Amino acid sequence: MTTKTQAFMNWVDARFPMTKMWEDHMAKYYAPKNFNFWYFFGSLALLVLVLQIVTGIFLTMNYKPDATLAFASVEYIMRDVNFGWLIRYMHSTGASAFFVIVYLHMFRGLMYGSFKQPRELIWLFGMLIYLALMAEAFMGYLLPWGQMSYWGAQVIVNLFSAVPWVGESLSVWIRGDYVVSDATLNRFFAFHVIAVPFILAGLVVAHIIALHEVGSNNPDGVEIKKNKGADGIPVDGIPFHPYYSVKDIVGVVVFLMFFSAVLFFAPELGGWFLEKDNFIPANPLKTPEHIVPLWYFTPFYAILRAIPPIWESQFPGVIAMGMAIVFLFFLPWLDRHPVKSMRYREAIFKVNLFIFIVSFITLGWLGTQPATGVLSELAFRFSELYFAFFIFLWIFSAERSSKYYLTSWIALLGTLVVLDILRGGSGEKLALMMNTWFIPAICFSILLLVPAKFKSWTQAKPVPERVTS
Amino acid sequence: MKKLIATLLIALAPTFVVLNVALASSEAHLEKVEINLNNKASLQRGARTFVNYCLNCHAASYMRYSRMAKDIGLTDEQVVENMIFPADFSKDKNGKPKKAGQLMTVAMSAEDGKAYFGTPVPDLSVVARSRGADWIYTYLKSFYIDESRPFGVNNTTFPSVGMPHVLWELQGLNKAVKTKHTDEHGHESETVEFETVVPGKLSPAEYDSAVTDLVNYLVYMGEPAKLKRYTMGVYVLGFLFLLFVVSYAMKKEFWKDVH
Repeated sequence: MTTKTQAFMNWVDARFPMTKMWEDHMAKYYAPKNFNFWYFFGSLALLVLVLQIVTGIFLTMNYKPDATLAFASVEYIMRDVNFGWLIRYMHSTGASAFFVIVYLHMFRGLMYGSFKQPRELIWLFGMLIYLALMAEAFMGYLLPWGQMSYWGAQVIVNLFSAVPWVGESLSVWIRGDYVVSDATLNRFFAFHVIAVPFILAGLVVAHIIALHEVGSNNPDGVEIKKNKGADGIPVDGIPFHPYYSVKDIVGVVVFLMFFSAVLFFAPELGGWFLEKDNFIPANPLKTPEHIVPLWYFTPFYAILRAIPPIWESQFPGVIAMGMAIVFLFFLPWLDRHPVKSMRYREAIFKVNLFIFIVSFITLGWLGTQPATGVLSELAFRFSELYFAFFIFLWIFSAERSSKYYLTSWIALLGTLVVLDILRGGSGEKLALMMNTWFIPAICFSILLLVPAKFKSWTQAKPVPERVTS
Repeated sequence: MKKLIATLLIALAPTFVVLNVALASSEAHLEKVEINLNNKASLQRGARTFVNYCLNCHAASYMRYSRMAKDIGLTDEQVVENMIFPADFSKDKNGKPKKAGQLMTVAMSAEDGKAYFGTPVPDLSVVARSRGADWIYTYLKSFYIDESRPFGVNNTTFPSVGMPHVLWELQGLNKAVKTKHTDEHGHESETVEFETVVPGKLSPAEYDSAVTDLVNYLVYMGEPAKLKRYTMGVYVLGFLFLLFVVSYAMKKEFWKDVH
């Protein structure tokens, strides 16, 4: 550095901790050297957040939050605004890309135990980001004012009316009207462009500050800070900048290739990213044949629909859907196993995780299908598996006796039966219930009888002292 | 690991069986149409059919004539002289000179449409994106005589549709011959074949080609940017590929000293 720039930096540093911040978060932030593929998604999530904010600003310049103008204004953006189509597709593809990245990012956390002590707060901030992101996506989806925008919002806001006693007033308060209308569009616009992004940005800062306080986990789940050199630097750590900054650039380029492939060649992605019904202007008098939320909400939507009403109230479904997310918040306290990474976790843990992922994806697919017959019954079975994951996570947290596994097995199969009796049903419905009963029953049996019989399936492998390669 | 995977597959086997049963239902049959947005002549013919037959009741009010002219290879003058009809003026624009930059609106209001056809006439700007090209193609070919309907025609793709068979003078009028089949499993199905009653100006092959052009145009109009985005996409991906080579080399170079 020349003396002049040095002098300038000194002047700044005396007034603002520029150099200190650069060093704390980039040049002297030591990250484990063994990050793999799954560790790209954190920086990619940040990239997409910036992309959404920037494209969002440009869209706001031409979009009209008005029930009579909104749909047309989006079409004018697509036609009359220079490169408006590009900005709009970046934003719509970006929304789905954001969820793809966030889901993979969360899955990474599950695989390598990144939510465990001492990273519980990172996980909690992350879950809050996920929650804010869902609110952001939901309200943003109303803005194009297409049929699916409108009816999707109608269905989701109606969920609040399932709350006993105050439900009706609550949903009217949220909509600002008795149906989704111009008032709703305007307030969703306000939340989508300022309130929620503001919260999101704050949470992302908290997420990163908490991460940089305790340091990153890694695929081995080994704490690199426990093994420091004479200079006080973790032996297995490398400075984030330049090592991970240059590595993440490669990740960014590869991501942008996938992103551009969708954006330029299939922005609708066969109806998964932009639904065809959303090219019909919102019509409060005409309900679409079946209302489907975008793919990132469908696992929860499937759970919502799978739970039968009690006393003609949909409230149990709403509660179940809420719990599906709330349970995730408690992961650090449900999974108390000392080994973090699944590389060294017992085999049965991997089976549990695999069943959970399959359930989540299946629920996601079921959420896009009409809730009839077999499909509705399957949604209930996979909801049972979804929730059971958390119970098993807790069971596998510690050494358990064979008797413990057997008792749990009986208790859980009993629960399946009790739930079915409570649901009731006859004729075809009963046959369906009996046929699909084996899906959770077989999974539960594998997860509990195998550990009861074969102890090796519950034995964690020794965790190495230092990270591997 | 193999043991693990085998166990998992056994656990999920019942799902696949159940799903096979669930998915055994069928969808309405649609004819496939070949879309080629690079065929300017086809787009021009489609645009001609569109402004002559559709753009009297249906509007395309998000689309400008000038944009269409530019994209399908016409001049503004050609469009103003041949494609903007006096009937196209909405009431408040009456008497004003035609402009190539105006939107493809029509004089008929939503209320009028409801009074004439029983339902407001939908805007066609993005209809190809909501219905899909195959659906429109099949729909325009499936009108048949049905005296019970207000306009004397019905449609197999869109039963009891409010729209008359606007292209009848091109296609002629058909009657639908329905035959019932029962296959070896006892499933009943119905096939419909059309028989010409009144021949139109065009032969069936010519009519198919005219409808293909029209659908081609509607697909273009649904997303004019489509013409540009494919080309741009190729350049962007090419650039990203180069960037990948460079960034990967840079990563390799920096990571040499990490052991």
